[in-house]
Parts: sequence; structure tokens; C-alpha cells
Amino acid sequence: MTAGVDLGPKTQAIGSDEDVVRVRQLVRTVAVAVKLSLVDQTKLVTAASELARNTLIYGGGGTAEVTVVEDGRRRGVRIVFADSGPGIVDLGLALTDGYTTGGGLGLGLSGSRRLVDDFDIQTAPGEGTRITITKWSR
Amino acid sequence: MERVPILKIGDILLVSIQIDMSDQTAVTLQEDLAERIVATGCHGVIIDITALDIVDSFVGRMLSTIASISKVLDAETVVVGMRPAVAITLVELGLSLNGIRTALNVERGMELIAATRDDDLGYDDPEDVESGTAATSS
Repeated sequence: MTAGVDLGPKTQAIGSDEDVVRVRQLVRTVAVAVKLSLVDQTKLVTAASELARNTLIYGGGGTAEVTVVEDGRRRGVRIVFADSGPGIVDLGLALTDGYTTGGGLGLGLSGSRRLVDDFDIQTAPGEGTRITITKWSR
Repeated sequence: MERVPILKIGDILLVSIQIDMSDQTAVTLQEDLAERIVATGCHGVIIDITALDIVDSFVGRMLSTIASISKVLDAETVVVGMRPAVAITLVELGLSLNGIRTALNVERGMELIAATRDDDLGYDDPEDVESGTAATSS
């Protein structure tokens, strides 16, 4: 089955809430192809859903780029969420459970960080936000 | 936009979510359900999420909101069919699903609603009814 899946990098634009659904579907397909466990697939797709929604709501839209990565022993899925929005002024606060400026639950950033293995965020006021997450197979 | 159908079975409204919902679809479901509760006078709502492979913070909040709205409209909400991987992910994400009652499947959900209604109406305790103090004590 997986032989037919193209594992090259794929980019999904995020400009509407239908695109957030498409990001979830793309990430799920790739996570299944690299044989993440069911729980890890679920965690990664959930994190991707949170971050794609953030890209849309706070970043004013952007892109999600999904790549298969390898470190010799194992494979993983890396996703980069990038937007050219206002950026995050206080990153420490933004990563706190329950903090929100958008009327949500304030779990998007902090919660998705717990769901993945690697989490990196580059942001500055006025310079957009770029979040990279990776989930490795066990 | 897709819409989630709401089925009426006796005194219960059954919602089986079979699609990957966009945020707008989730909000519409919330509003449709409130209207159907009032229009039908149903006292129970069962939301079957067997087919959902993720529940993120947005859908989690929708479930909590539906439970609160139906409570105000004199109906009990039970969420059934949550997958184990979804439950694990929800907890790690930090979502507590406040006020939501759960059951393993639709049948157990219907039993739970029936039992709750009986308790509320005092059907189970004929002695209390006789003594005349039934309504206030529990």
C-alpha cells in the first residue's frame, strides 16, 4: 500500500477553515505512510490541526509544509507552519496553558508542543511566525 | 459547507459525526442542535464520535458547549464512542471536556440518559414521594 504513496515534501496553503481540514488529511496520509503508531498519528494530526488553525486565525493565513525525515534509525514527519502575520510579542506567555488572545481555549501552542517530539518556534513582532514540529516513529 | 444530520429516536436526538468537520460545520451543528432540542422537546442528546480520528481543542470546546446549551434547554448530553487514541491525545493536549458525560457506545448512552431522567423525576424512590420531602432531598 505505502509503495504507492509519494513521500516527497508537500505544501498546503492555509486560507480558510476548509484548508485546516486539508492539512489534517495530508498529515494523516503521510503519518500512515511512515508507519507512525495509531496513538502517534492521532497526536500528530491533532497538533497539526491546532497549529494550522493558529496560522489561519492569528497569522492571517499561510502554509503548512509536510516532509518525511530520516535520522538513520527511524523515520518521522516534519511539518512547518509559516505565516507573515503580526508575530508573537511574548512567546513565554503564548506558550502558557490557557493564555489566549483569540477567544479560544489557549491550548493550541502549549498543547500541541506536548503532543510532538520536537517543537521549534521562530517569531518576532511584525515578522510572522514559523513553527516546526516533528514526530518520530518509535 | 457540509452539515451533520441530527436524527430523532424517541425522546433522544442522535448525532453521529461521520465527516472531518471544518470549524464552521462544528459551529453550525451546535446551533442546529439547540434548535432541534427546542423544536422536538427531546430530553437527551447522544453525540457519537466513533468515526472521529481526532478531537482537537475546537471540537472539544464544541462538545462542552453543546452539553451546556442542552442542559439549559432541559436535555442531557452524552458523548459516546471515543477512540482510545483520541482519549490519550485529549488528556495530553490538556483538554478536560468540562461537564461532558461519556459512555462507551450508543446503547450505554441511552441507558445513562434514561437513568438520569428517572433520578431527576424521583421515579426510583416511592418512599420519598410518600413522605412529601422528595423534591428537596436527594
